[in-house]
Amino acid sequence: MSVPSLSLEGKVAIVTGAAGLRGIGRAIALVLAEAGADVAVCDNVVDVDDRNLGAVAEEINKLGRRSLAIKADVSKKSDIDDMTRKVTDELGPVDILVNNAAILGGGWGGQAFDATEEEWDEVMAVGLKGYYLCARAIGKGMIERKSGNIINIDSIEAVNCMIAAGSPYGIAKAGVQFLTRTLARQLGQHNIRVNSICAGGAKTDMGRHHMFDRGLEPVNVDPEQAKQRQAQLLERIPLGRISEPGEIANVALFLASEVASYVTGAIIAVDGGMTA
Amino acid sequence: MSVPSLSLEGKVAIVTGAASRRGMGRAIALTFAEAGADVAVSDLVVDSGDRNLCAVAEEINKFGRRSLAIQADVSKKGDVDDMVRQATDELGPVDILVNNAAIIKISTVLETDEDSWDSVMDVNLKSCFLCSKAVSKGMVERKSGCIISISSMNALDAVPARASYNTSKAGIIMLTRSLARELGSYNIRVNAIAPGAIRTDMGQHNRPGTGDKHVEIDPEQMKRMEAQLLARIPLGRMAESSEVASAALFLASDAASYITGHTLNVEGGWLA
Repeated sequence: MSVPSLSLEGKVAIVTGAAGLRGIGRAIALVLAEAGADVAVCDNVVDVDDRNLGAVAEEINKLGRRSLAIKADVSKKSDIDDMTRKVTDELGPVDILVNNAAILGGGWGGQAFDATEEEWDEVMAVGLKGYYLCARAIGKGMIERKSGNIINIDSIEAVNCMIAAGSPYGIAKAGVQFLTRTLARQLGQHNIRVNSICAGGAKTDMGRHHMFDRGLEPVNVDPEQAKQRQAQLLERIPLGRISEPGEIANVALFLASEVASYVTGAIIAVDGGMTA
Repeated sequence: MSVPSLSLEGKVAIVTGAASRRGMGRAIALTFAEAGADVAVSDLVVDSGDRNLCAVAEEINKFGRRSLAIQADVSKKGDVDDMVRQATDELGPVDILVNNAAIIKISTVLETDEDSWDSVMDVNLKSCFLCSKAVSKGMVERKSGCIISISSMNALDAVPARASYNTSKAGIIMLTRSLARELGSYNIRVNAIAPGAIRTDMGQHNRPGTGDKHVEIDPEQMKRMEAQLLARIPLGRMAESSEVASAALFLASDAASYITGHTLNVEGGWLA
């Protein structure tokens, strides 16, 4: 009965949506690298405001691991195929895929039926179709090698649509949860594990419309309203706080490692008890 | 973003239902000990067949950790309170509780009598309430703690002729959520694990046709039943107890610092 290892020595990973300097994607990429993996990071926006994909790749290098920064729109098959080819050629066959890239569309708040057809399509294309396309492109190689690990980041908005009422974000994430289960069922025979992290509130830029523990100015939201929403949100969280992105990343590492060897098809709530 | 630690150095844990050699309780207790915790182990049956509680305590000692072997019927408040008191007095305030003790009785609802129902509910579910309550007082005072209860994939997939077992395990899921909600503000995390087909002695009971009745099964038929079981598991195999112990270690560690109220499925995709 030995203590299991979180080591990912010798593994190659891709993390999508990793340019946000306060984001979950970056946090995951860094902890996977710290655990020994070479990690390619991709994003559609690579160098604007608080997004800098090149900087994230450099941080990975500083940990002594190889990295690639790849601009890619995960809703476009051709971008994904190029990304997959490049990573495989330069870092090696991909062992771990972390589907994290997503957009909110119209943003937080809103009412039912606010989302236009364009917004619907956009949110679904990135946050659901993109997950499938990436899984498909990379999963094929995993099937050939009879080994692999896919981690899908979804959201408590898929369980209780609390905040993003005017966007199909929660719906896309609910789709991701079932995609996880379906892929787990079909790919288990190839020794590929597929799991989801149902993430609650985290101190990221996507969350900053509500959570300004960092002293960040809320964006596009009346400050008083934002304060109220934050208080309401915190009341619903048994642990009484929003998470650090690293706390979400730790669960991704667990899932990618041997510690989770019998875990597949799981939707793990990492939300401080909000959905309890 | 440093790699989180799976160390339980300096922690005190209680694991119930730990006497069985192939069981999850022993596996969890040993893994926690190797990760640095002092671990008290308890069981109702301490020395019979493949159950030897003292042997488990000795194995914990071999890791250089302290241990206690405590005989206890966790369906009884008196025994539970004594167990917690003894562990606290001799090892220190309890940081981690693993509610693992359980029994299974195979019978259809029409065949199940009231005593059979009550005994399964008491040992499997009421014990979680009693043990959790007993350790919570101290955890609330110290504003720190971790409770892990072992549920089952049967809590969500109603395998026939196990209604009391299935229901008791389902109850654990909601007890876990309730406790998490109430104790979160004291920095106490409460989670559950829903194991699937694990190679334990109780796991034998989940093979169709066996159970606590000694039914002679034709080897060919047994092969077919096993194949049927495995066909439902995406990973195509049963798990060792150690794989559940790994998940328990993760939940007990800082790596799971934002996880509470959750039931973690460790079943190779059975419920997917």
